[in-house]
Formats: sequence, C-alpha cells, structure tokens
Amino acid sequence: MLALDAQTALGALELDVALEVAPAECLALVGPSGAGKTSVLRIVAGLMRPDSGWVRCDGEPWLDTERGVSLAPDRRRVGFLFQDYALFPNLCAWRNVAYGMDRVPRAQRRVRALELLERFGMAALAEARPRTLSGGERQRVSLARALAREPRALLLDEPLSALDARTRALASRELAALLRAAGVPAILVTHDFEEAALLADRVAVIDGGRIVQTGTAAELAAAPGSAFVADLTGAVVLAGTARPDGTGLTEVELDGGGRVTSTDVAAGSVAVTVHPWEVSLERGGAEATGSAQNRLPVTVASVAQIGNRVRVGLMATQPLTAELTEAAARDLGLVPGAAAVAVWKATATRLIAR
Amino acid sequence: MIGERWFGALLVIALGVALTFLTLPLVAIFVDVGPGELVASLGEPGTLAALRLSLETTAIALAVIVLLGTPAAWLLATRSFRGRSIAVTLVELPLVVPPAVAGIALLAALGPQGILGERVSAAGPELVFQTAGVVVALTFVASPFYIRQALAAFGALDPALLEASRTLGASEARTFVAVALPNALPGLVAGGALAWGRALGEFGATLVFAGSLSGVTQTAPLAIYERFANDFTGALALSAVLVAVSATILLGAKLVSGGRVLGDARA
Repeated sequence: MLALDAQTALGALELDVALEVAPAECLALVGPSGAGKTSVLRIVAGLMRPDSGWVRCDGEPWLDTERGVSLAPDRRRVGFLFQDYALFPNLCAWRNVAYGMDRVPRAQRRVRALELLERFGMAALAEARPRTLSGGERQRVSLARALAREPRALLLDEPLSALDARTRALASRELAALLRAAGVPAILVTHDFEEAALLADRVAVIDGGRIVQTGTAAELAAAPGSAFVADLTGAVVLAGTARPDGTGLTEVELDGGGRVTSTDVAAGSVAVTVHPWEVSLERGGAEATGSAQNRLPVTVASVAQIGNRVRVGLMATQPLTAELTEAAARDLGLVPGAAAVAVWKATATRLIAR
Repeated sequence: MIGERWFGALLVIALGVALTFLTLPLVAIFVDVGPGELVASLGEPGTLAALRLSLETTAIALAVIVLLGTPAAWLLATRSFRGRSIAVTLVELPLVVPPAVAGIALLAALGPQGILGERVSAAGPELVFQTAGVVVALTFVASPFYIRQALAAFGALDPALLEASRTLGASEARTFVAVALPNALPGLVAGGALAWGRALGEFGATLVFAGSLSGVTQTAPLAIYERFANDFTGALALSAVLVAVSATILLGAKLVSGGRVLGDARA
C-alpha cells in the first residue's frame, strides 16, 4: 500500500493531493500539463519536498513533515520511469540495468541484468549504448532498470509519450502486462485518458493541483463530474442553458443557437456531454426517421481514420465529434465542407451544472 | 540579392583579416630564424631548465585546480543557496584582475609582510622566490578558467540523469562519480586545457610574487622576457616551443571533447 497526503506551492499552483494505491494496483493521474501530476511522483520519490504532508509505503514512513522524517531518494526503493527514460549515456544497456542492484553481489549483477533484459526481449542489445537504441528499446531498458531494484512502488512519468504511434500500441500492451506482474502499487502519470484507461485500474483526474474525480475509466466516462472531466474523457462538451420542457425532460438552449434534449434533470447554465460513439450522422436535409430526439445541422470539418473507426470533426454553433464505422462514413460521402445532421438520443445526453 | 552578396563578401573579408592578424605573428616565430638556429639555442642550459620548470609547475597547479575546483563547481552547479551568485562572481574575479595586481595581492596575503605571512612561514613552506610560490601564482590566475567551464559542464547535465541515479539507490557521492563526472568529462577536459594554457603563459603574477630566479622560479615566459633584451634568437626558440606545447594542448582537448560532441550529435 502506497499512500500520500501532501500540500505544496509550485509557483502560482497550490498542489494539494491525497492518494492511496493498493498493492498490485495501478492508479493513473490524468490531467493537462501544469496540473501538478509529475510533482506528485517527485514527492513520492523524494526528489521534491512538499511544504507539508506525508508519504507512507507498506506502513513505513518515507516522509512526514510534522515529525521531521524525510528519507533520501536512494533509501525509498521506488522504480521511477522518467519521461525521456534518463538512461545513462556513458553506460551500455546491461550496466544501466545493473546500476541499481545494490543488494545483488557484484559478480552476479551481469547475469541478473541479462535475465531482466531477456524478459524484455533486449538481451541481444545488452552491450549497446543508449544513443544507438530506438525509443521503444530505450523504454524497455529503462523499465528493466527500474525493476532491477525490486522496488516497493513504481512511478511512471508519461511512459509512452516519447514513443511513435506504431511502437506505442505494442509498448502499452507490454506495460499493462508488466504492471499486473510487478505486484507493487504503481502511479502512472499521463495527459492521455485513453492511455490511462488502457493501463490503469483506477483513474484520478487532476486539475490545478487538486484531484477533481477518481474512479475507473468507465465510471469517469459514463458519469463525468464536471465538463473538464467529460472533455478529458474525449466526450463532446457543449455549453448551454437548461430548463424543464414540461414533459419530464430537460431542454437545453445551446450558446450560439441550437436546442438539445436530455433525460437528466438540470436548470440554468450547464455543460451538455455525449460520447462521440453515441452520435450518428445523416445526410443534410434528410427527414427525421429514427427515435433520436437530438438533431443538429452540422458541417463536416475533418475526417480521420482511427483503426477500424472514422472520427469526424463537426461544426455546429459549437464543435462536436462523431465516430462511425468506415462503411457508414463511405456511404455518407463525408468530406470536409459537406453538410450533415448529427443525431443522438436524449438518454445518451448527460448534463453537468457549470 | 546584390546587397546580400556584398554582405557575404564583408563577412569573408572580416574573417580573413582576423585570421591573418592572429596567426601571422605565431607563424613568424618559426620563420624569422631558421630551424637549425632554433634547435641550437634550445641546447643552452637555462632554456631547458625554464621549460622543465614551466611544465612541472603548471602540472602541479592544474592538479590542485582540478582536485579543488571540481567539487567546488559541483556544489555551485547543484545547490541553490543565499550568496551563490556572489560566490560564483568571487570565483571568476581573478579573470579580470590584471596579473601584476594578482601578484601584489598574493604578496599582501601570503608574503613575509602579508596578513597571513607569519602563519604561512610557521606552517613550513616558503613561497616568495620559491618554486612553491610559482605554483600558488599559477593556481590563483588559472583556476577560474577551469571552475567556470566545470560549472557550465555540470549545469548542462540532464537533471533527470542525476535524479534517476538517486532513485536507483545511489548516494550523491556515487551519483557524482558514476554519472556526473563521466558525462561532464568533455567540458571538464576543455576547462582543464584552458586553465593549463593560461598557466603556461602566466607572467605578471609569477614575476611579482615569486620573482625570476633561474632554475627556481624562472618559468619559460619569464626566461623569454630575460633573453629578449640580448638574445633574440634564444627568446624566439623558447617561444616556438611554448607555441607548440600550447597548440598541442588545445588540439588534444578539442579531440577529446570534440569527438564526444560529434558522437552525441549523431544520436
């Protein structure tokens, strides 16, 4: 169990964070840059000292400002994966891995390092210098190095951000398996909600130095507590003013024009959210055919293929997004500039007070 | 377009004039007197003694500078404390103090009538008119060249490397030895070469503080000055050797640190 509660001033930002991570659990800290995510990792590792607070790992106090306890980073047994991997350029791969093996007899370090590199499919490159390795290879050496110390907590700072899109898919699968196998509490920092959903058991959204919502990725996507969280999960977020429509539903007058209906109850200024996969598209000018209540005339702004889906950027009075199958997108002849109607159900429409 | 060509020509002319001005006198040292005469005058007893003294004293001074300056620069590069920028300025001050003033200052501090003079002679070493005094003068004048460069080299290290070392269980001392030193080495070597070059050419502070006793405190630059009045060929010969040694040091340092820089650029 890794737990912390820390408060500190970071320039204009007031960081105030309390977290608990169970053994073998991976918690993702998600938020925009400058939200204080990396500072949380640095406080746990002992690389930064907060103004007040404590950090405990398996009951052992690593930091307690009230009692004057502050273990040096080298006494905390964390595995820290740095954003750019921070491999020592003057050491070859296996010596990087062996660097932290202070509990392994010197004679056995090379063998142990090679075993670890083997696990990551990197044994053949054991003698290579970091600068000759690709981004994905560096990430694996860096992970092997972090694990070589048999850490009691894993801290991962944007572990996939330095990789290109192709390497990233493979690396994230490997990383997910590794996190499950490591069996220690892990905190992963990312600005990408999808990455958090893929790798973490639980997601904590951090904004302006504070944790605004915690839950599984599915919970956050289904019931975002704020427009900020909704936007982060990739949902469409539209601003408007809500009032009851008299039939038990809520009608929202969108800022800039347009009207949508929701089964949620709300009044006054609201954020309307809907998942892109709930939004379908019809040809412009077509008559209403289905049961969906919400129909907004839109112009296609962008069309992007993501795997077997097509993500369509749309412009009404406010921007929104729809996700379709490839075949549907082809049938509709979607090109930037084309007119269409975005359609979704009132039951898929969430309202969040602003 | 014509304006651009005109400007380009101006740049080329400026570089040409600068290169000619800076290299012509050095080339002249080798050309003015024939190589045979140069070699012959090197055989004079005082010449070789001065050269040997120069190499010995600069080597000792460089060792002192590196041993003391490296940890000092590390502290200045990695800590923020009150008065840090004052400390950096103080370390750099000998750069702008005229060498003769440096010699006077050393006399005032460590000379027989200096503020620490009695304590120094009580502790053992005689400095004035002694070889040890030459080393003191060289160290005083040359150390800023090394410390400045070392400070820059440590400051340019990726902080994540040092932090990674700490999270991997290494103390600060091990981080310094195993990560900071090897990765800052090109910068440290460049700083050492600059300091060594400066120490080899040192004249004013040595003359004022240690004097110019042949075989004891007369380094190569002082020997050149003494010779230049009545033995211009001898002065030229010694100068030629100093130019060659200095150029070799500069070239060697460029090879060591330059090779590394090229290697990093390829990555």
